[in-house]
Formats: sequence, C-alpha cells, structure tokens
Amino acid sequence: MPTGEPPASQEEPGPALPAELSRRLYRTMLTARLLDAEAVALQRQGVFPAYVSLRGQEAAQVGSAAAMDRERDFAFPTYREMAVALTLGVDMVGYMASHRALWHGGLYDPMASRFAPVNAVVGGPVPHAVGWALGEKLAGRTGCAVSYFGDGASSEGDVHEAMNLAGVLGAPVVFVCQNNGWALSVPNEGQVAGGSVAARAAGYGMPGTAVDGNDAAAVYTAVGAALERARSGGGPSLVEALTYRAAPHSTSDDTSRYRDPAEERSWAGRDPLPRARAALEAAGDADAAFFERAEAECRTEAERVRDGVSAAPEPPGSDLFAHVFREPTEELARQRRVWQEEVG
Amino acid sequence: MSPTATGTAGGAAEAPAPAATMREALNRALDEALTEDPATLVFGEDVGRLGGVFRVTDGLQRRHGEHRVFDTPLSEAAIAGMAVGLAMNGWRPVPELQFDGFAYPALDQIVNQIARMNYRSRGTAPMPVTVRVPSFGGIQAPEHHGESLEAVFAHVPGLKVAAPSDAADAYRLLLQSVRSDDPVVFMEPKARYWDRVDSPAPSAPDGDLPVGASRVVRRGRHATLVAWGAMVHRCLQAAEFAAEDGVELEVLDLRWLKPLDSAGLAESVRRTRRAVVVHEAPLTAGLGGEVSALITEGAFSRLAAPVQRVAGFDVPYPAGPLEPQYLPTVDRILFAVQRTLGA
Repeated sequence: MPTGEPPASQEEPGPALPAELSRRLYRTMLTARLLDAEAVALQRQGVFPAYVSLRGQEAAQVGSAAAMDRERDFAFPTYREMAVALTLGVDMVGYMASHRALWHGGLYDPMASRFAPVNAVVGGPVPHAVGWALGEKLAGRTGCAVSYFGDGASSEGDVHEAMNLAGVLGAPVVFVCQNNGWALSVPNEGQVAGGSVAARAAGYGMPGTAVDGNDAAAVYTAVGAALERARSGGGPSLVEALTYRAAPHSTSDDTSRYRDPAEERSWAGRDPLPRARAALEAAGDADAAFFERAEAECRTEAERVRDGVSAAPEPPGSDLFAHVFREPTEELARQRRVWQEEVG
Repeated sequence: MSPTATGTAGGAAEAPAPAATMREALNRALDEALTEDPATLVFGEDVGRLGGVFRVTDGLQRRHGEHRVFDTPLSEAAIAGMAVGLAMNGWRPVPELQFDGFAYPALDQIVNQIARMNYRSRGTAPMPVTVRVPSFGGIQAPEHHGESLEAVFAHVPGLKVAAPSDAADAYRLLLQSVRSDDPVVFMEPKARYWDRVDSPAPSAPDGDLPVGASRVVRRGRHATLVAWGAMVHRCLQAAEFAAEDGVELEVLDLRWLKPLDSAGLAESVRRTRRAVVVHEAPLTAGLGGEVSALITEGAFSRLAAPVQRVAGFDVPYPAGPLEPQYLPTVDRILFAVQRTLGA
C-alpha cells in the first residue's frame, strides 16, 4: 500500500493573520468539524442515505473561502465543499438537504449565496467557473470565480480545457485544488502524473502555488493573493492545497481495503484544528475562555443545522416536474397529469 | 453593456428576403439577436474573425465587437461548460459546436450540466443557452462531420431541440431559440446552407408558431411524409414525383424535435390515414420510432396502414461516394408510400 507522507513544507509556520481573522477561521473550521461529525452520525442513523466527509480539509476550505469577497465573488463547488459553504454564509440546512437527498443541488439559493449548486461531476463545474469569470470581465465588473476541485478531478479533461481556456481568455478565476491524497481508492501516484497539480499551471501560462493545505493562514494568504491578481486584471491562478482526506471517501467506503492506517495516523498529527488552536495560543490571540465559548457556540450551530435538516419536509411529488423547463411543454404537462392520476 | 437575465419578449420575427440562403438567414438571425439583447454572446471555434467554417457568423464580430463574438480554443466541453457559467452570470450564450460529431466531446456538459442546471438549482439558475450544431449529412464531409444526433439530444430531460428545413424558417426558429429561457440544441442542416430555393408557403402565418409547433409545407390527402432538416426538401421532391402519378402526399416539417408536435402529427395523419417518417439518422432507436408511436397513439383509429420509417441504416455514417447509398432517397420514400397504400 502506498503511503503519502505529509510534505516537508508543512513543518514551516504559516504567515501571521490578524487575530480577529484567525479566531474567525478557527471558529468556522470548528463548526465545520462538528457539523461534519453530526452528518456522519445522521448517516449512521439512517437520516442521510450517504455522506461525504471533509474531515481533515477544513483549513483548505475555510482558508480559501474566507479570502473571497462575499459581495462580488462566486464559488463553484463539487460535493465535498461543506466548509466552503459554511464560510460563505450559505443556508446550511439547505446545503445539508443535498446529503439528505431532498434535492440533488441542495435547497439553498445558489445565486443569492454566490455558491453554485452541489455538483456530482467532479470536473464539470470547473469550466462553469471560467464562464462566470469571463462574464464578469465582459461586464466590466470586478468579481472573481473560485473553482473547487480535487486531485481526482485534476485528471478530467474538462479541467484541462477549462484551465487552458482561462489562460487564453485571461479570465478572473482562481482554481483551488484540494489535493487530499486520495481519489476514492487511488492515491496521488496513480492519479497525478508528475506528482504536482500546481506545476501544471505553468503550461497554461498562469501562476501555480502549492501550499500547506492544513494551514488555514497559508491557504488564505495564497488564495487571497490569487484573487487580488485576478481582480486587478492579472488573469487566472492555480492554488494547490496539500491536505488529507482523513475520513473515507464516503460513508459507503472502506479505507481498510486500500489505505495503510499508519498513513492516517501520520496525518492525524497534522490535523488542521489542533494546529490552528496551537497557533492562536502561541500568538496569544485566544485564551481558554475563547476556546470554551467557541466549542459551545459552534456545537450549538452544528446541532441547529442537524435538527433543521432532520426536520426538513420531503419535497412534494409534483417537484418532479417543477423546474425542468422555464417554458413548460405540453408533453411534460401531460406527463404531470399522468403522475397525478396514477401516482400522486 | 448591461447583461439581462431574460431576453426581450419580442414580437413575430420578420423573415429575411425569400431569396436568402439558410446561411444568410441564420446570420441575420444572430445579428438580430446580438442587436436586440446586449446579453447575447456568440462564441465557438473559428466563429470570430473567420466567420465560422460555414460563414454563418460572418461579419458578426466586426459589427458587434470582439467581446460579443469571439473565438475559443478547440475545446467543445469547455465551450459548452463556459456557457453554463456565463448564463449564471446573466448572459445569453449562443455557442457553436463546429460539427455534429464534435458535439460528442461536449455531451457531458450539455447533458449533465446545461440541461439540468435550472432543475438542479430549483429555477434560480436558468440556462438560456442555444447550442448551434451544424448537423446531418449530404456534403461528402470527412468522418464525424455528417452525424444526426437528434435522438440523443431529444432523449435528455431539460433540453429542447430544433431543426429548420429552409431559410425563412431557420431565421424564425433560431431567433425563437435564442429568446427562449430554456436550453435549445439547434441543429442546422448543413446540406441546405447554400440553398436558394424558395420555401413553399407555410400553413400558418410567419412568426406565429409556438415552440414545439410543426407546419405542413405541402398539403396532400393520401399519406403524410414526416421529416425535419434536409429531409423535408427530399420529401417535397418525393411528393412532386408522386403527384405525377396522382398520389397527393402531405409533407409535415416537424421543426421541433423536442417537444414533438403530437397534436400536429395526429391532425395530419387522421386526415391522410397513412404516414411515412423520414430521417437521416440510423433506424434503430431513431426519432422515427418516437414519431411513429405518437402517430399510433394519436391516430390509431384512423390509420389505414402501419407507419413506415425510411431512415439511415444502422451503420456508421459513410464516406462521400456511399452517402447516396445511405441517405434516404426519393425512391426509398416512394417505396414506403407504396407500402402504406398497398396495405
């Protein structure tokens, strides 16, 4: 079994951020961690058919999303970006509705949230981000798109096409690759030829940076610089956040069939949450009372979302037909009548 | 410029002068669409400076600017994929996929993304995207340049599919497609791009036809020929020959392949009592099967014979000299008519 050791660069301390921001990042990461655990529990209880945990990737997601301008920018996730949604202020009950299988894209408002619908095609949303970013540029606005994908998606043709297109068009988009080491059961060496997603950026004429993805400050700083570059007309960038999928691919997965537990233990020592806490303490930016309060408040929020999504009503059967077309067809209306008479 | 989420409602489109070719008519429709809504964007491979390999976008970049009409890399998936993001940012994209066979590399984006985004987002992210695809065969083109994908697209929930048969209708249909807030795959019969033959008078006034409406392009009483795209013209030729023998064939141009005009099909066939469906795509699981089923459901009590299908064979689209062997011929159509009359 291959063992992916954390890169040496992870030992270096990240850049210092303002205390208030560091505390905010920590609290969001903690909420994500607790909500993630609640979601896994909901799957175990049969409330969710399945769930995809992001445990271990909180710093990569919160750090990158916190660098976005929530008034101007737009995030394009796949399906493991719960902490990005949380950071951007997405209605989390609506987000978690996707995992309860109430509606595939989630029940939050993606346009108002500036967070596209959950997407199960891992490379699919990457060209969407480029199109959205081009739309900003054409309109003379200054928003940037942030495209989230993983090391597995980096093998998809759409990601190559999107990056080349972004380079050609000079689109204001930041590609954030969360390299969590594993594309379901296949490790980086079976997925990423050359070993680096960031290195590919050079081929598209854009800067590519690999950062310690378990250091929220490092991710925040790198994505912030990429956003600034895009916003000022400098075009696209790629940031590869080197992190670790501490949990199985999904609640249906079994890592014992393909992964050495020693690797998981090795990465556990670099868990982004204790690390962020240690950094706050070392900098004197937070005291025991802060952590106590954060634990209580974040838990309350996680439980609120848990209770909300558990209690959310199932969609009515007529929703089958509700949003297929803007301008409904007679044929679909006929099929809806058939459904009403024979099923509904 | 200020993009808008929705296009102008628009009244009936003025058809171009009758002598115009379909290529010119489509060019005028795009020109009109770019003029009437500043959110409209035209992009694809070679559509800018060159004006498209078929010159359908000729002069549009010069008239509307490099920001509204632009070239992309050879990236069909990204062309379709960027349309999703542009639409989510308030634009009205009209991407071109240069040839039918190269729509396949874009299928994931068309099927999994464009067709579903309005649904997935519960109506918050509409996809007013018109994907233009020069389609069908008949020009002795290289491999993958003569394909008929209508059954593929029509099978996808969330997509609408149009295929014009003549210049005047191509103009109306394309404008109607671009103005629609639903995604439309617009299949242009490349064999008719340069055709200067005037179209027969339509049965309904210009511009009044709603999305999904077919039109009778030739009246007849002995059988109905159902076709779309370039095969409409072939059916009209067949009807001319049949008329010499006193057989009056009606020709129904479906125009919309999704939604299909089940009422129009039933209305015509209930009068003529016989039907022949003609298409270029391979027979098996082709749209002719669906059309045949609709006719059977809508006109069963009046049918005097089983619905006949004249289609391409279940073989890969062939090279030039074999094209006439593959594509439905006037003779094959007339044989099918004889079968319905003899039944």
